Amino acid sequence: MISRRTNYLLIAAVLALVVFPLVFVNGKFGGSDDQGSDAVASSRPGFKPWIEPIWEPPSPEIESLLFAVQAAIGAGVIGYVLGRIHGSAKEREAQKQKAPPRDVAH
Amino acid sequence: MHIMEGFLPAEHCVVWTAVSAPFVVQGGMRLRKIMREHPQMRLTLAASGAFTFVLSALKMPSVTGSCSHPTGTGLGAVLFGPPVMSVIGAIVLLFQALLLAHGGITTLGANIFSMAIVGPWVSYGLYKLFRSFGLSMALGVFVGAAAGDLATYITTSVELAAAYPDAASGYLGAFLKFMGVFAITQIPLAVAEGLLTVIVMNALSQKTDVLNELGLIQSRPS
Repeated sequence: MISRRTNYLLIAAVLALVVFPLVFVNGKFGGSDDQGSDAVASSRPGFKPWIEPIWEPPSPEIESLLFAVQAAIGAGVIGYVLGRIHGSAKEREAQKQKAPPRDVAH
Repeated sequence: MHIMEGFLPAEHCVVWTAVSAPFVVQGGMRLRKIMREHPQMRLTLAASGAFTFVLSALKMPSVTGSCSHPTGTGLGAVLFGPPVMSVIGAIVLLFQALLLAHGGITTLGANIFSMAIVGPWVSYGLYKLFRSFGLSMALGVFVGAAAGDLATYITTSVELAAAYPDAASGYLGAFLKFMGVFAITQIPLAVAEGLLTVIVMNALSQKTDVLNELGLIQSRPS
């Protein structure tokens, strides 16, 4: 679809998009999801969620651990799939070279 | 885009769950059909689901000084169609609601609607539109994925505004307020998601005829 060089440029662009705010923006970097909840609560004095989560990670460390686990599972699967795809493509090529398709004589 | 547990009134929860449920059921049937008829697609399917798993876990800094996360649903929506992503997105959201207290069971329907239904459909629709104009696949994937990401957060703003109209400025005022929280923060992250989706799509389609088998490109003469 696109060349390898373009791919590297795209990866660099993603990194730049993420690093730029960290370097040049002075913010607290809180989560927008929680800010959405805060916006609801501040517009309704005395607002309380009518139901609590069944289970909550006991600390921010545990929460970030679970987020990391989620990302790691996903990244692991993607890595496995890419490895399989490229591995089997290589194998196919190697087999082709070993045994060139026989001429169809008739 | 996650609306937290208990942050939507009960009747809104019921409505969004009722709206989302048929999409997830249809997606489940579509998923089974793909697995049965194209077993060789299972790897690519797994990668599409995993992409959503990764991206929705990454809270990235944005120019507003806040953090937000992409959704990762554009890739699978382009490859397998939006219904499949309704199921995969629902699984991710359930995982986060149960294990991370991020989102919730009562708000699951609303969160599925924004991330697993509207987002994928916008991605898919724009991708198809761009392709029908003869524009490149990479451009279609980029715009589709970025717009789907943004559409998810706009939908969340609509859902919150519908539940909590502003006392003075009404539904529109509330919508703009929630957009103020989500939209600008999300723009650079949506661009990042678009670029990442192109990169992964590219990696998945190299050296294989996955795209060909999915009918995404004309079969190449070889």
